[in-house]
Amino acid sequence: MSRDPSSEAAEAASLQVTPAGPHPTPRPAPPKVVVRPRPEPGRTPRRAPAPEAAAEIKIRTEALSVWYGSMPAIKDVTISFERNRITALIGPSGCGKSTFLRALNRMNEVIPGTRTKGRVFLDGKDIYAPGVDPVEVRRRVGMVFQRPNPFPFSIFDNVAYGPRRHGVTSTSELYAIVERSLKEAALWDEVSDRLRSPALNLSGGQQQRLCIARALAVRPEVLLMDEPASALDPVATGRIEDLMNELKKNYTIIIVTHNMQQAGRVSDRTGFFLHGELVEYGPTEEMFTRPKDPRTEAYITGRFG
Amino acid sequence: MVSPAAGGRGPRRSRRSVRRESRRAEFVLGSLASVSLVVLGLVFFSLLREALPLFRHYPAAEFFTGLEWRPTSVDQRFGLVPLLTGSLLVTVGAAVIAVPFGVAVALFVSEVAPARVREFLKPCLELLAAIPSVVYGFIGLTVVSPLLRDVFGLSSGLSALNGSILLAVMALPTIVTLSEDALRAVPESYRAASLAMGASRWETMVHVTLPAARSGVTAAVMLGLGRVIGETMAVLMVTGNAAQITFDIFDSVRTMTATVAAEMAETPWGTPHYHALFSVGATLFMITFAVNMVADFLLRKEAR
Repeated sequence: MSRDPSSEAAEAASLQVTPAGPHPTPRPAPPKVVVRPRPEPGRTPRRAPAPEAAAEIKIRTEALSVWYGSMPAIKDVTISFERNRITALIGPSGCGKSTFLRALNRMNEVIPGTRTKGRVFLDGKDIYAPGVDPVEVRRRVGMVFQRPNPFPFSIFDNVAYGPRRHGVTSTSELYAIVERSLKEAALWDEVSDRLRSPALNLSGGQQQRLCIARALAVRPEVLLMDEPASALDPVATGRIEDLMNELKKNYTIIIVTHNMQQAGRVSDRTGFFLHGELVEYGPTEEMFTRPKDPRTEAYITGRFG
Repeated sequence: MVSPAAGGRGPRRSRRSVRRESRRAEFVLGSLASVSLVVLGLVFFSLLREALPLFRHYPAAEFFTGLEWRPTSVDQRFGLVPLLTGSLLVTVGAAVIAVPFGVAVALFVSEVAPARVREFLKPCLELLAAIPSVVYGFIGLTVVSPLLRDVFGLSSGLSALNGSILLAVMALPTIVTLSEDALRAVPESYRAASLAMGASRWETMVHVTLPAARSGVTAAVMLGLGRVIGETMAVLMVTGNAAQITFDIFDSVRTMTATVAAEMAETPWGTPHYHALFSVGATLFMITFAVNMVADFLLRKEAR
């Protein structure tokens, strides 16, 4: 990887994140580039380093700050996420990474007393602009939560929930969506013969994959995952991670994780949050081998956290 | 349990005395709890003791299926059916009014209202339960009755509908409070999941929160209605007191409770009429008992 000294200097100077990483071209205004980052020839090795310049920005924030009451939770975060990549956000508890994640689909405003400043662009359009319906934003930017939270309905009704809300009524259509989503979430083989049984009878790992299927059923473009494996055992965690690698072919994934090994395993890029600020952001491999900021280094080597 | 040799005696003795103490506490609490059971049993027993002698003079089948309640005429008739349908009509009417209204209010209080409004509204609703039923009866006579008469062009506003309206208001505190508890017990994560899929708050409420709380809400409705089936004074005052079989909500009816209350004082002890009134009471008791059992079962199911 060729490193341009000037860009390195700039990054080091600001610790802040210029979106496109180490390549020297300044960030273009969110371009409607149609160039898909990469054609997927079957299963690519994880974290195949695609040419940076070709990456299309799917979602990006500009000076995004969130307060809970008068408490700042995240401060002035500017970052961009590339299409069809997995970006991991790491950092100690309470560093604001989950809050940041929830700002990307306007889930923070469900909590009373939350205030958001700054902008979030999804395909170049500010989702916080007046007149934008948060409901529509959330349909495009799906979310998987820390603890599996299937509804106390049947497996089928869980996955069909979103499509039903968005106007799909025909049973055959719903069935097709349910099957496709469950297959995407690698759960179909385990539940295809008992779609009508209660979702709460599934194991924790199955429930989480069901929640992923449920989120996928509304065809989001971006999938936010808030520590999706933290409540699961290692085997179930491994399945979720494999699944993420499959899913990034079609989705842009941003995952918050406590688990640095996990970030290292699954993500293409990693952002490190501390005290509500984005300390460092770059290709995962670089972050874990040559962190630029001493705080990042301290965190990933386990000196605090 | 093995305790270390040294100092083993100390802790063991105290443990034993703790155990003794807790056993004593359990005994006291247990006997207090069983008092209420004993009272329940005694009530039921004395009801039956006064009710059953009726069937020495009057066939049980005729009591339960008789279509006329004429306790004081020469040709005495103790047919339960008109009273049963009277109670049923008034209660079903109350349910039709109270259930949508109560559940809507519970949804509003639990899902929509800001905390300040909720903290004001809930005690107000619960205060409805503190209004004596005679007062409800007054309001039924002086406000609801003329209103019904004028709005629906009736000859008299003293009708099953009037009773239903009052009972609905009386059932509301129970329905709202318990439904609200059930709705609030729905994990926040369900709502979050729904919202995160691009469902609106309204859709979330109707399609996730309410279904998830379904058995609790059902129990709330049953307990609320179970409470008003036994309500006496208000319905006695406003339903017109005609023991007739009707399914017209604008007709006058007479409920089981009103019958007992109205006739008991004038009935000589030990007569068939006297025993018939007890039979009515026992029947009512069994109905409310069953309703409460089912509601309890549903609540327990919810808790699982």
